[in-house]
Amino acid sequence: MLLIPCPHCGPRNQEEFAYERSVDSVVRIDDAPAVAMAALYTRANLRGEDHEIWCHAHGCGQWLRMTRDRVTHAIRNVEAL
Amino acid sequence: MAASHRTGSGISAQTVPFTFDGVAYQAQAGDTLAAALIANGVQLMARSFKYHRPRGVLAMGSEDPSALVTVGTGGWQEPNARASDVFVYPGLVARSQNVWPSLRFDVGAINSLLAPFIPAGFYYKTFFGPPSRWMLYERFIRRAAGLGMPPSVADADTYAHRAAFCDVLVVGGGPAGLNAALAAAQVGKRVILIEQDAIAGGSLLRENVTIDGLPGADWARSMMAQITAAGGRVLTRTTASGYWDDNFVTAIERRVEPGQPTEHGATDRPAQVLWKLRCGEVVLATGTIERPLVFVDNDLPGVMLAGAARTLALRHGVAPGRRVVIATSHDDAYRTAFALAAAGAEVVAILDSRVAPTGAVIDAARVRFPVHADARPLRALRSGNGVGGIEAVIAGAKRRFTADCIAMSGGASPVLHLHRQAGGALDYHTDRGAFLPGAVRQHHTTIGAAAGTHDLVAILPQSTVVDPLGTATPPQPGPVWHGEAAGKAFVDFQNDVTTDDLALAQREGYVSVEHTKRYTTLGMGTDQGKTAAMVALAQIADGRGLAVPDAGLTTFRPPYTPVTLGAFAGPMRGDHAGPIRRLPLAGAHDALGALWVPAGAWMRPRAYPRRGEALGVASLREARMVRSSAGVVDVSTLTKFEVAGPDALAVVMAVCATPLAKLAVGRGRYTVMLREDGLVMDDGTVWRLADDRWLVTSSTGGLARMARHFSYVIDILLNHPRATVVDVSEHWAGLALAGPHAAAVLADLTGVPSPAHMGLIDATIAGVPVRILGASYSGERAFEVHVPGHRAAPVFEALMAGVTAVGGGAYGLDAMDHLRVEKGHVVIGAEADGRVTPGDLGLGGMLRKTGGFVGWQGLTRPVLADPAGRRHLVGLTAIDDTPIAEGAMLVVRAGEEPLGHVTTAAPRVAGDGAIALGLLIDGAARHGETLVAWSPTRRSTVPVRVGPPLFYDAEGARYRD
Repeated sequence: MLLIPCPHCGPRNQEEFAYERSVDSVVRIDDAPAVAMAALYTRANLRGEDHEIWCHAHGCGQWLRMTRDRVTHAIRNVEAL
Repeated sequence: MAASHRTGSGISAQTVPFTFDGVAYQAQAGDTLAAALIANGVQLMARSFKYHRPRGVLAMGSEDPSALVTVGTGGWQEPNARASDVFVYPGLVARSQNVWPSLRFDVGAINSLLAPFIPAGFYYKTFFGPPSRWMLYERFIRRAAGLGMPPSVADADTYAHRAAFCDVLVVGGGPAGLNAALAAAQVGKRVILIEQDAIAGGSLLRENVTIDGLPGADWARSMMAQITAAGGRVLTRTTASGYWDDNFVTAIERRVEPGQPTEHGATDRPAQVLWKLRCGEVVLATGTIERPLVFVDNDLPGVMLAGAARTLALRHGVAPGRRVVIATSHDDAYRTAFALAAAGAEVVAILDSRVAPTGAVIDAARVRFPVHADARPLRALRSGNGVGGIEAVIAGAKRRFTADCIAMSGGASPVLHLHRQAGGALDYHTDRGAFLPGAVRQHHTTIGAAAGTHDLVAILPQSTVVDPLGTATPPQPGPVWHGEAAGKAFVDFQNDVTTDDLALAQREGYVSVEHTKRYTTLGMGTDQGKTAAMVALAQIADGRGLAVPDAGLTTFRPPYTPVTLGAFAGPMRGDHAGPIRRLPLAGAHDALGALWVPAGAWMRPRAYPRRGEALGVASLREARMVRSSAGVVDVSTLTKFEVAGPDALAVVMAVCATPLAKLAVGRGRYTVMLREDGLVMDDGTVWRLADDRWLVTSSTGGLARMARHFSYVIDILLNHPRATVVDVSEHWAGLALAGPHAAAVLADLTGVPSPAHMGLIDATIAGVPVRILGASYSGERAFEVHVPGHRAAPVFEALMAGVTAVGGGAYGLDAMDHLRVEKGHVVIGAEADGRVTPGDLGLGGMLRKTGGFVGWQGLTRPVLADPAGRRHLVGLTAIDDTPIAEGAMLVVRAGEEPLGHVTTAAPRVAGDGAIALGLLIDGAARHGETLVAWSPTRRSTVPVRVGPPLFYDAEGARYRD
């Protein structure tokens, strides 16, 4: 279980957080349909670093942007969104 | 019954009574069940999984694949317990499993004769064949192959979860682990040491060594005391079962033995504790697991690992046999020869596969025992249900020995499961034929035998170690089996996988280790192949002409040993599985005789049956009451959000897919919320309370999802607009008032005209300010009265008095459901099952044509945009008036491919008969057709007529003003 450094609350267990999605799969409301569907369904999912959106759902409720390694799970950076 | 095998040097004189297969025996305190049985002359403890072969113990520890038994009775029954991992307690009841009619004479052993017909890959071949083949075999297979039976009553134990932090977690209480734990504790670190055995000592418990003047076991006990005195915590009978990210380790502590009764409901004395440990660093001192040698019938009871035989002799004071043959590929098993000789056994021969073994322990052994070099076993010889001797080839010549115990050792594998789970690499050391820990990813180290260090002097540099047999040397792997004799040579003892099975898998093309594993079931038993893995890998690599590391390795997955599901659930079961939410008006509903039903986390009134009235009758009466006069239903659980601020409209428009910009203050409308893929996520109503203030309601069960969605839309999609969303679900109690008399009843209570359909007013009832929404879910003129939860009682009382005066009353969830089915209103989860678009539900026309809401892009996908071939919401009428089964398939004829299914069924409220809603392929074009609602599981076949999803007041005259 990851230990996630919440900018407000400090290091907390992963079970307090909810994973939302990878940053590159955010669909903006004014995105064209082709762009939106590509973001949802044809993602790169590359080895290595990923930028993810998490929510400290069972904590302060803050949305977070986390930089995390897809292979080692190492968290490089966490910032409030 | 054989005479006692107790040697007199046992660890305790205290006797403990237990039974095995109904026969009473005595154990000595500290015995494992396996040790106690062998002490009583019982070698045969189990029958194997597939061939029902007689089995005894192979290993003395949690890795033993063979001696699986069922222990305990009733709510404490535990199947598949390892006889060598159960410490005998007074009254222990143990039984053999997977046998019929008895362990000694088991009919299932005929499977051995059928072995040519059930080779490796039998299941694969069966499943890939025609289904009829599986139908034919299933009954036979389910009876013949298997482990213990699950208990038939609820688990009587209680379980606890505990979280803890430490600077240093040491896994393994052998010499290396004890030493590391004490060193860390003495410099002030918070230390936890966990040991899966009942006592610390590890390998010392099977050695005759002296450390700092103390016998090994006493030294271990003293170290434990010192660790505790230095502030450390020692958890025995605790197994580290998982090593997760960021140095998080889960461990299971057994407070009682398997099958041991605990006081019923003693929540303060759990049978097991699941520890969740967040650790600064982890030290793995997990030791090694000995490997078996491969030869024919190497699974007979009496054939065991040399380390197991030594543990029996030195720890338990039990001689595993009277005439023993030692078969080995390295030095360590020689120690067993001395231990067994001291326990009174005759060492008939030491068979060493090495051509010219040398060293101090070998020289010492040659003086006392017949040592044969270049000697390897060909087959164990059977005597009854156990071993009677061994045939070996010594320097090319065959020779037989009579023996009642074969103590074998094909090397040892460092226990690197946790290291691997933590992402550590494995380095193969050809000179040792073993993987040793390589680079780590987390903060952990591996020490002692698990890291390849076997010499006690090297492990305990500060201590004085006296070992009469000299320095321990690293183990060497046993030879690969090339079919030197015909018969079954076992690799995985639990799943009955032989060298022939491995070879067959390779021949049939399942060459990858992962494929071989699944094809042969190698390593897929409850022991996960702990003793088998490296032996099998050597066989596979040899067969393919590869070096061992190039043959691949299967994944090490948690848990290390099986974990009872109850331990994961912990205290969260039964009434504690989740919170139970009660309505603000729960007391008032009880006073009306409410029958409660769980709806998500809530308890809601299902109906208010009169004395002696059946549920279905009561619900239909209540529904008809609403159609004819007026009724009140508690809708407090509805999800409600208030959205306020200058940008509130933008937030609501992003979430709701219907037109809103022109909605006047004091008006509302029905709406749907979509997922990004265009499918329906939720539905509800949206009301404009003021220019910049909105009320959004949605389904009860969707609260958490909608709250998260709103939060996501505001913080991520709209980039922090000037608007806030507040969940006001629990602030407002809600009471729906429906029926032809509803408007009049309400006007009487408020003194003002009731709001129009989809209109909203503020008013006062019984002196309490309320908000009244004109909204109908029943098809009748109806209102939702929202009142602060803590002031709901007088309002409910007034509403009940009002409806009672016109012949109405309270109605429950079932009546509400009957009414909405008749009007074709959908429910999230039933009709909107996560696979339907608004168009599928007939709601396509109400969407905002300009887009601009979450999900609009998804709806443009051709597969969603084209209605052809999609499942549409339809109404179904039972032609012969019999009830339709919910979940039934919609088919042209019973047995044919389903065209859709019944989502909700109900009786007709207005009139008689049975109706239902369903989702049907191309349903909109099938109105008028006759289909069959067919449910083989409910044995129900009802002819139905397809029509529009609307059975009542098609013009909508009744709910409008």
